[in-house]
Amino acid sequence: MQLTDLTMLELAAKLAERAVSSEEATRACLERIRQVDSKVRAFLRVDEEGALAAARASDARRKAGSPASALDGVPLGLKDIFLTEGVETTAGSRILEGFVPPYDATVVRLLKDAGLPLVGKLNMDEFAMGSSNESSAYFPSHNPWDLARTPGGSSGGSAAAVAAREVFGALGTDTGGSIRQPAAFTNTVGLKPTYGRVSRYGVIAYASSLDQPGPMARTVADTAALLQLIARHDPQDSTSAAVETPDYQADLEAGVRGLKLGVPREYFIEGIDPEVEASIRETLREYERLGATLVDVSLPHTKYALATYYLLASSEASSNLARYDGIRYGQRAKDARGLKELYALTRERGFGPEVKRRIMLGTYALSAGYYDAYYLRAQKVRTLIREDFTKAFQQVDAVLSPTSPVPAFKLGEKVDDPLSMYLMDVFTLPCNLAGLPGLAVPCGFTKAGLPVGLQILGRPFDEARLLRIARAFEREHDFFRRPAPL
Amino acid sequence: MPVSDFQPVIGLEVHAQLLTQSKIFCGCSTAFGAEPNRNTCPVCLGMPGVLPVLNQRVVEFAVRTGLALECTVKKTSVWSRKNYFYPDLPKGYQITQYDLPICEYGRLVIDTPQGEKVIRVRRIHMEEDAGKNVHDAGGGQSLVDLNRAGVPLLEIVSEPDLRDADEAVEYLKTLRDVLMYLGVNDGNLEEGSFRCDANVSVMPKGSSTYGQRCELKNLNSFRFLKQAVEYEISRQVDVIESGGKVSQETRLWDVNKGVTRSMRSKEEAHDYRYFPEPDLPPLHVSDEAIDAAAKALPELPRAKLTRFMSQYGLPAYDARILTAERPLADFFEACAAHYADGKKLSNWFLGELMRLLKEEGTPLSALAFTPAQLAELLGAVDKGTVSSNAGKDVLGEMFRTGKAPSDIIAEKGLAQVSDTGAIEAVVDDILAKNAGEVEKYRAGKKQVFGFFVGQVMKAMKGKGNPALVNDLLKKKLGD
Repeated sequence: MQLTDLTMLELAAKLAERAVSSEEATRACLERIRQVDSKVRAFLRVDEEGALAAARASDARRKAGSPASALDGVPLGLKDIFLTEGVETTAGSRILEGFVPPYDATVVRLLKDAGLPLVGKLNMDEFAMGSSNESSAYFPSHNPWDLARTPGGSSGGSAAAVAAREVFGALGTDTGGSIRQPAAFTNTVGLKPTYGRVSRYGVIAYASSLDQPGPMARTVADTAALLQLIARHDPQDSTSAAVETPDYQADLEAGVRGLKLGVPREYFIEGIDPEVEASIRETLREYERLGATLVDVSLPHTKYALATYYLLASSEASSNLARYDGIRYGQRAKDARGLKELYALTRERGFGPEVKRRIMLGTYALSAGYYDAYYLRAQKVRTLIREDFTKAFQQVDAVLSPTSPVPAFKLGEKVDDPLSMYLMDVFTLPCNLAGLPGLAVPCGFTKAGLPVGLQILGRPFDEARLLRIARAFEREHDFFRRPAPL
Repeated sequence: MPVSDFQPVIGLEVHAQLLTQSKIFCGCSTAFGAEPNRNTCPVCLGMPGVLPVLNQRVVEFAVRTGLALECTVKKTSVWSRKNYFYPDLPKGYQITQYDLPICEYGRLVIDTPQGEKVIRVRRIHMEEDAGKNVHDAGGGQSLVDLNRAGVPLLEIVSEPDLRDADEAVEYLKTLRDVLMYLGVNDGNLEEGSFRCDANVSVMPKGSSTYGQRCELKNLNSFRFLKQAVEYEISRQVDVIESGGKVSQETRLWDVNKGVTRSMRSKEEAHDYRYFPEPDLPPLHVSDEAIDAAAKALPELPRAKLTRFMSQYGLPAYDARILTAERPLADFFEACAAHYADGKKLSNWFLGELMRLLKEEGTPLSALAFTPAQLAELLGAVDKGTVSSNAGKDVLGEMFRTGKAPSDIIAEKGLAQVSDTGAIEAVVDDILAKNAGEVEKYRAGKKQVFGFFVGQVMKAMKGKGNPALVNDLLKKKLGD
C-alpha cells in the first residue's frame, strides 16, 4: 500500500503519531502526480515549492506538539476557482491567464491556517460552466476509471485528482451539481453544503445565488473533517450564514435506523440509465435493511428546474463576468483600437463558446421587455421548487436519488449538443435552486466498471445528517478502497 | 406662441457623496485628493471573487436624510445591479437601489417670489460612485483612477414640481443646506461631491400633459444650472415653434458655448439590465433605528430660520443668511448667549464678520476669538469705550490674533475720548480756526455742521465720542 492510498484521516493519524511526515506525504502526492497526471490531466498547475514549504512548517508544528488542526499536514488540491495569493488562478479561462491574485479566498486562508499544504490548482470547466470539464480553455481532464471518459464537471479536475490519489482531498464548487456529479463519476464523495454555510469570498463567481464551495474526498469521514475546517461564518460574505458549526464527526456512525428517507418519483424518469437506476434501487433497499423507512415523495416542480436554473445562473453570470474587460487584470487585446474594440476583442478571444453562450442567454433574459417573462418568472418558479422541498421535508429526514442519470460519458460525446449536456444536471440543479445541502456518495459500479453515485439531499444546515446517512451505506461496502485502474 | 405661453416643467436628480470615513462596500478611505488608486483594495478594484459588505453608516445617513425630507423610510429595501461597461466601473455593474429604494415620497419646502412652495421628493436611494477616467494623460493613453469607486452616494429625485430655472436653483440650494445641516454631505459642487442632473420639458400654459423631457448633465454650479435650464427651455420652445418635436435625449451643458448639446438619444440609451444584487441580502431597517435617527435629527434650516426671527427679533433677511450654514448659525447662537441685542449682533455678523471671513478665507471653525470676546467688544461699543469704527479695527485684530478686545483697545490706544473737557478744548480750537464757517452756520447754512464734526474727529484721530462731540458743537454754536 502506498502512502497516497491512505484516507485523509488515516494519514492524519499517522502524522499525529509522527509515523509519517507531512513532507513525505506531500512528496508522495507530487510523485503520484508525476506518474499519473500526464494521463489524468487533473492539474492546471502544481505548486511544489509552496506545498513543500507548508509541509515542512506543518512538520515543525507536529514536532513541537502544537498542530494547527486535526488535518495539519494533509496535502490538498484546490479547484482553480479559489483565489490563492501569489499563485496563478484562472477559473479554467483564457481571459484570466497569468492572473496572480493579491489575496487568498476565505476558505484558502482557513485551510492554510489549519496547516494543510496546497499542492496545486485543479482543472475545471471555464468559469464552472459545464458538466464534463471539456469547456476548460486549457485541456479536458480524464476520468481515472476510464481515461476515454469525462470525470464530470465543473469540478472534474478535483474529482479526478482525488480518485487518482494525486491528493487526499480537494475543494470544489457546486452551482448546479459541479461537486456531486464529478464525485458520482469518479467513486468519490462530494458535498455541496447549504447555501451560506461556506464562504464565497475569493471564489470566482459564476452564479452568486447558487455557488457554494464544498469538500471532495474519498470517504464520508474525510468529507466531514474537511467541511469542519471550512464551514464558518464569514463577515466578508454578506450571504454567509451566522449558524454555529456542529461537530460533523459526532454522529457519523449513528446509522439510519428510524430515519425516514424520501424517494422522489420525479427523479426516476425515462431516460435514466438502467444500470444507474438498478444500482440506486439496490442502494435504497439496503437502506431499508439498515433500518430506514422509505417514503414516496413528490417534488412536482422538478421538471421546471432545468429551465429555471439556466435562466437564473446565466443572468447572474452575464453580470458577474462583466469585470473581465481587459482593463485591470488578466488578458487584454493589445492590438485593439478604441475602447469598444478593446472590450469586444478581449472578450471574444478570452471567453470560450460555452461561456459566451451563457453570457448571451443571461443578457437576453435580463433585457428590457424580457425580464418579466424570463428572469422574474424563473425567480417565482425557484420559490415553488424551494416549497416542494419544504413540504417533502415535513414528511422525511432526507431525500435520496441518483446523482446523475448516466455514468461518466465519453469525452467529446456531448460537446456539440449543449442541451443534452445540460440534461446531465437535471437531478442536481433543484438542490442549488432551493439552497439545500446535497451529498454524492459512491454506491456501486456498472458492468463496465464505471462508478455510480447516490445523491442525498437534506434540510438547510443538516449536513451532519447527510454525512451520517452516507456513512451508514459506506460502512457496509469498501468502494472507496477500490483503486481506479490507472 | 412666445416663450411666455409655455410652461416649463423641471425635476432634479441630485447625487450627494456621503461624508462617511470609509467606502460603501469596503474599508477603503473616502478622502478626496489622494494619489490615484491609493484608496483601493481588491473589493473596490472589482477583483475576481470579491464580495460587498455594506457600511452601516451609509444606511444611517440615508435614513437621516429621508426623515429630514419627510420621506417614508422603508423597512425593507433591495440592492440591485445596474449593468454597463465603462473603464471607471470596475465590476461592470454599479450596486444601487432600483425598484425598492430606502426612502420614498418626501417633500422639501422652498421660498419663491410667490411665497413658500412644496416640492415633492419621489425617492432617495443609496449607491456606489464610479471612479474617474483621465484622458490625454500623455502618450495617447487614458488612465483610470479608482479612488472614488465605491464612495457612497445618495441619489435624491424630485417630482417634476419645479416651474422655472430660479425654482430649480432654489430647490438645489435648499436641499444642499439641508444635507450640510445633517452632516451627510459637504455641498461641494465644484469637486463633484454634490452633483445635479435636470429633467426639463415644456408644455403650453394650461395644459396638464407634460412635454417630452430632456435630461441635462454637467451642471456643476448653481449658475450653470440656471443657465442650462433657461437655455433648454428656450431651445425646446424654439423646436416646437418651428413645427418640430422635442425628442427624449440626454444633453450636455457646454460651459464655454453656453448651450446644451445632444449626448445620446433615447435609442442610444443603455439597457442597464437591472436585477436584484445576489451578493447582498435585502436591507432591513428596524423601527428602533428609525426612531433613534428621528430623535437625533438636528434642527433644520427652515425651522431654525423661523426661530431666529422670533427668538432674536431678526428680520427674515438676516435670519436667512445667519441660518444658511449650520456653523455660522451655531456661532451666532453662542455669541447671542453673551449678548442680548440680537439685531445689533446680526449687524456685526452680516457686516464685519462675514466680510472678514470672506476676505481672509478663514473657515468659521478656525476662528481665533471666542463668542464671549465678540460680545465683550460689542459691549464696549455700546458703552462708548470705543467708537463703532474703531470697533471694526478691533474685530479685525481679534480675527487675526485672537487677542482680547480690551487688550487690543489698550495696546492700540483706540479707547474713545469721552472726557468732556478734552473734547471741549478741541471744539473751541476748531471753531476759532474756522470763524468764517461759523459765520455761515449762524447765518443758517446748517450743513456746515458736518464739516465741524469732521474737523473735530480728525483732530482727535477718530477717537472722540461722536455723541459728545455733537452735543458740545451744538452748544458752542448756540443751538
